[in-house]
Amino acid sequence: MINYLANPNRFLNFIKPIEFSIGVFSFLFIFIGLYLSLFNSPEDYQQGDTVRIMYIHVPFAWFASFLYFSISIASIFFIIWKHPFADIIARSIAPLGLIFSILTILTGSLWGKPMWGTWWVWDARLTSMLILCLFYFAYIGISNAFPRKIDGSKPAAILAIVGMVNLPIIKFSVDWWNTLHQPASIIRFDGPSINQEMLLPLVIMLLGFLFMSIFIILINIKTNLIYKKYQSEILKLG
Amino acid sequence: MNPKSQRLIILFFFLTLLGLSTFLVLKSLEDNIVYFYSPTDINEKILSNEIDLSKRIRIGGLVKENSILKEGKKISFKIHDGIDEILVIYNGILPDLFREEQGVVALGKIENKNFSAIEILAKHDENYMPKEVSDMLKKNGKWKGKLN
Repeated sequence: MINYLANPNRFLNFIKPIEFSIGVFSFLFIFIGLYLSLFNSPEDYQQGDTVRIMYIHVPFAWFASFLYFSISIASIFFIIWKHPFADIIARSIAPLGLIFSILTILTGSLWGKPMWGTWWVWDARLTSMLILCLFYFAYIGISNAFPRKIDGSKPAAILAIVGMVNLPIIKFSVDWWNTLHQPASIIRFDGPSINQEMLLPLVIMLLGFLFMSIFIILINIKTNLIYKKYQSEILKLG
Repeated sequence: MNPKSQRLIILFFFLTLLGLSTFLVLKSLEDNIVYFYSPTDINEKILSNEIDLSKRIRIGGLVKENSILKEGKKISFKIHDGIDEILVIYNGILPDLFREEQGVVALGKIENKNFSAIEILAKHDENYMPKEVSDMLKKNGKWKGKLN
């Protein structure tokens, strides 16, 4: 299956019929998710209405990390099997991940001010998230640093793989060290510590973000494939 | 050996070494990465002289029940972690979430065994629930104290 789809043309043919429905799904899920989280979910016993920031903060944070993980996996494929399509995929994910990581920090600081009493602290969770954001900047910078874009692919892929060590640090920072940020609420050994009524809108938002990410990344992949074709045509013309 | 498996092996070793070195760096920097010390940590560190009392540090824990005293703008309360406690003196604005048994982090210096704070931040925990649920849990006596 992966081998079959690794060919750009077959891949484009494969996604053509499902692309539109992915877009529709992302719109529907995010629409319903936003409605539930803003108007139809209970206030938190401690945080009141401020808890509603969680419904966008958590999806931003999860997908910022998850998209970085996808970039590193694609980069490993690129480094070992030298498959150019893996490089295209990694490049297509990076801008979205960067935006997500910036929005994680912004929504987090909007949440931190009323609850903690500060916009920003240098605790392990916040700092490791900032480092993720910087890795995205560095990846995008290096992969576009050369006149021939393809020359930047290998160093960028190595950078992406190095940045992988940051991911478990982000996830477990709240368990390993004392942090101002609270520990995990959803993925934890004894089950979620979040009430059902509040978990539902969050899960719908997460699904919406999944579809939205796939939709946007597919557009980026198509753009990058066209650009690559264009560059090789120019080379042919000399 | 073909170049592919060679690259695979190199990458594997590279990642192992990278992970190991990251672990060692984080381990040795542990004291700088922790955002705050608990009262127990602080007392241990004072006993073993590991701490520079002239430097600003952060301590964190829960606000002890019935320990909040207000005199004008000056406020004092105890931070505890279930084992040890320390008296905090503060002169300033408290965050909204500040209350008994709430997690807080204070920045300041130790002066005569008390902690004189210049900034108080509130922590909130990882539990999310509507008010009715928390009221019901408290009524039924199933409310988990945050530390015990």
